[in-house]
Amino acid sequence: MPDSAPEALTVTVNGSPVVVSSGATVAVAVAIAGQACRTSVRGEPRGSLCGMGICFECRVSINGRPHCRSCQILCEPGMEVNTDG
Amino acid sequence: MVKDSQRHFDVLVIGAGPAGIAAAVRAAESSLSVALVDDNPRFGGQIWRGEFESGHDQNAVRWRDRLRGPEVTKLFGKRVFHQPEAGVLLAEGTDDLCELRYTNLVLATGARERFLPFPGWTLPNVMGAGGLQAMVKSGLPIRGKRVVVAGSGPLLLAIAAYLRRHGAEIPIICEQAPWSRLVRFGTRLAGYPRKIAQALQLKKELAGVPFVANSWPLAAHGGQTLDSVTILRNGKTEVIPCDYLACGFHLVPNTELQSLLGCQVSGGYVQVDNFQQTSVPRVFSAGEPTGIGGVELALVEGQIAGLAAAGVTASARKLFGERRRARRFAHLLDRTFRLRPELRSLSSAETIVCRCEDVPYSLLQEHRSWRAAKLQTRCGMGPCQGRVCGPATQFLFQWNPDSVRPPVFPARVESLAGLTRNAELEHSPMPGGSQ
Repeated sequence: MPDSAPEALTVTVNGSPVVVSSGATVAVAVAIAGQACRTSVRGEPRGSLCGMGICFECRVSINGRPHCRSCQILCEPGMEVNTDG
Repeated sequence: MVKDSQRHFDVLVIGAGPAGIAAAVRAAESSLSVALVDDNPRFGGQIWRGEFESGHDQNAVRWRDRLRGPEVTKLFGKRVFHQPEAGVLLAEGTDDLCELRYTNLVLATGARERFLPFPGWTLPNVMGAGGLQAMVKSGLPIRGKRVVVAGSGPLLLAIAAYLRRHGAEIPIICEQAPWSRLVRFGTRLAGYPRKIAQALQLKKELAGVPFVANSWPLAAHGGQTLDSVTILRNGKTEVIPCDYLACGFHLVPNTELQSLLGCQVSGGYVQVDNFQQTSVPRVFSAGEPTGIGGVELALVEGQIAGLAAAGVTASARKLFGERRRARRFAHLLDRTFRLRPELRSLSSAETIVCRCEDVPYSLLQEHRSWRAAKLQTRCGMGPCQGRVCGPATQFLFQWNPDSVRPPVFPARVESLAGLTRNAELEHSPMPGGSQ
């Protein structure tokens, strides 16, 4: 249990605002938004699997840069996240 | 490309979990220049993720405090991907490239979960057990969610207790190991008072949660995301509605960097001498890569590696006894949580085994080696470079993983462009394309 409520910040996931606690990873923002992170080669939706930067399933675009491992990147205010890969 | 920074350290430690932290702290006692590097945005590794901030784990807090101060240079969010020449490693940050030169190197690269394919395991919200815990530690709200915890290993209980503490409902914990092995494990714990205390605490926290041995998931169901799981329990199937399936089959060591550097790896583990030195002089390895043994073993091996790397072998020797005891526990873990052969038949023909390239089980069955499967099906050729499907196919088909090629993680084109000195790299295909 956190000792005190952590500060909140807002990012956008596919254009919609998502509020996360400070220190949250981008993967968490995508999960809160109810989005899959990427679409697989055969068109399946995929989300985070390993949570530690190994599996590459959580790849998203962050501020226009593609293929970012969202589980290893912390949210920053105003960050634009897109789940197109 | 011009490298953003270029630095030399007497002792360079890769991996800031318990083993790496212990190595850096003990090496720095000798007034040498010491750096600790990790690819995550925070230190602590997987087992101590978030513990430095929460302060709940006294052991973690003790080591965090020992790491404070300027003696150790701390480099977060830097992923080592290549060794262009002996004594030099390249690491990539979000926007930068660092050249890290070392006299002595300690590789404390930790472990990852072993994932086994079964129908539906690629659905969103089917995650590693440690993977879901990492997400919750990173801010994912879990209160009121139903989480089936399944797979194998002592971490399942710790993770279930953690999730429950944070408001999750745990309808069941499925452990594939048979009761007979778990009972034997329980009686052997007598030699490890700290483990007994942990076990009793977990028992208290998990009161009322069914823990079932001889049990494993058969399939995950849902459309765009998970809605239920079929498990096998005492030989009968049972469908359990849930929001998440947290599923990991114990751990496999991360040995890719050691392999890249030419360190001998045998039976899946990095081979080390009494001082934790690998087959490559001045390159040490500690913690899970040398045998899955948990925090205590990682801390003592890390200390030995750090002291030895700093040349303080007399102090390192004093820890050999403690390491011997901790290694016995590692052997006990190996025996207890060995995977049962029935798990080899979980996949159907259509079940995806390689998630990066969507290679189904049916296409892999016909191949006789990891290499043949890679060449013919692209299994293991995606960005994870076989980190997920490698250990899975090793269990399913007894394939041996291939040699490791640089870059050991996908790196940016601009980072790779700086490596004109390395002919081998220029002529290697880039795993995962140009990410």
